[in-house]
Amino acid sequence: MTRVLGGDELVQRLRQGHADAIDEEGDSVIWVKPESIVEVMTFLKGDAELQLGYLNAVTAVDFIDHFEMIYHLTSFEKNHGAVVKARLYSRDEPTIPSVVGVWPGAELQEREVWDLMGVRFSGHPNHKRIMLWEGFEGHPLRRDFEDVVQY
Amino acid sequence: MPFKTEPVTVNIGPQHPSTHGVFRLRVTFDGELIMDVEPVFGYLHRGTEKLAEERNYVQVVTLTDRLDYVASMTNNQAYCLAVEKLMGIEVPERAKYLRVITAELQRVASHLVATGFFLQDLGALGTPLMYCFRERERILDLFEMLCGARITVSYMRPGGVFFDAPEDFWPRLRQLLRELPSYIGELEQLLMENEILLIRTRNVAVLSMERAIECSTSGPVLRASGMRWDWRKADPYDVYDKVEFDVPVGSNGDNLDRFWIRMQEMRQSLRIVDQCLDQIPVGPVRTELPLVLRPPAGAEAYARVESPKGELGFYLVSDGGISPYRCKIRSPSLLNLHVTKDLLVGWKLADMIVSLGSVDINMGEVDR
Repeated sequence: MTRVLGGDELVQRLRQGHADAIDEEGDSVIWVKPESIVEVMTFLKGDAELQLGYLNAVTAVDFIDHFEMIYHLTSFEKNHGAVVKARLYSRDEPTIPSVVGVWPGAELQEREVWDLMGVRFSGHPNHKRIMLWEGFEGHPLRRDFEDVVQY
Repeated sequence: MPFKTEPVTVNIGPQHPSTHGVFRLRVTFDGELIMDVEPVFGYLHRGTEKLAEERNYVQVVTLTDRLDYVASMTNNQAYCLAVEKLMGIEVPERAKYLRVITAELQRVASHLVATGFFLQDLGALGTPLMYCFRERERILDLFEMLCGARITVSYMRPGGVFFDAPEDFWPRLRQLLRELPSYIGELEQLLMENEILLIRTRNVAVLSMERAIECSTSGPVLRASGMRWDWRKADPYDVYDKVEFDVPVGSNGDNLDRFWIRMQEMRQSLRIVDQCLDQIPVGPVRTELPLVLRPPAGAEAYARVESPKGELGFYLVSDGGISPYRCKIRSPSLLNLHVTKDLLVGWKLADMIVSLGSVDINMGEVDR
């Protein structure tokens, strides 16, 4: 069974040197400050005890007053997983550093989040729309998106 | 006097027989040599994640059929597992076995399609593809007996499966299990001893294990590069902890390994179905649930299965309403596409089609 790491376990590891990055602790999740996401991810990937070397998924949820970025990680060596989240409070220009430098596989998923949810990724090598065409207005997965065409 | 050459950019697709759907590759060539590749997609984007926000939890099952339309059983399964995790629903034992049986048959069907089209891409036009499709038809016939549909099955529901299998399903399945292994052996012998196939695929488009892991690839692509990782083993769902099977891994990460792994996985799938047939208990196949499901507000769940293409995950967030607040689909085809550049750059035009076929992408799942 793949065990999901508790928030307290992650916080305990992160306290050593990365205490400033922690925002909040949950049952099986931690919230980190958006500006230090790359620092936290680099640590989690390289840490000898956690060895979270595989990024399962990157996604975002629109909670109207804020966006939540969600990163699912897995360790093949230890067979455990972790969930890292970050809250973004801007509605017009939510921005978070890109983790492509840590996991190249995040590239397409981050482009998808930008395309459909409208979250910007600073430092992304190819920051373009992916499903929709350039020139499309708005980001359809936002909860307040209204389709201009009614059927 | 040396020739003066300059790079040429060509669009392969969106309508091209080798792209397995509507998919475009922008390729920069230097003569025949590939210098740069950029996949362009979205032609089949139907907004499944947005549509899921307007339907109730049971209705979303029909949307999942249309993701990876050659493996709809595993799509159903992943979604149902996510809803069950979200609400803490228990599934009857018989339903779990039925799910594993259908999911494994679906894996064989999907791998047969992948193998057939891979050979088609290699230039073996028609005949081997039809060999594969002939056997796939028999699996689809079984699905038709179960639920009346062959491709978009919608067979599973949160809490179990829709119907129990009819009486005459079981002898037909046993007959298939008797005949399919020898057929797979025949196909393997035909292909693995074929000089042309070996020359065209061995040591072509090699993907290292480190690169495969950091690029978040999964399924046969990851295992072909030498990583022994299968979610059915690592995080057993339904009844995978009660059956025995091996996880084949490749040693090279080349086209041949990706192809070979699918052949071996078909054998393992049949082995699983065989054990399930002996173990399956009698009983109900579906938990009684209210017509409209309402998970608690703020609940979230991420569930995954090992689909034929790789790790298929559903991330559901509930706000207490009758439809998901957010339904994220982690599609293996999309993530496996990221390595196209690693696979293709430095090889020639003719290898491009083959390498793309070895990844086995499905555009319904990439674009969603």
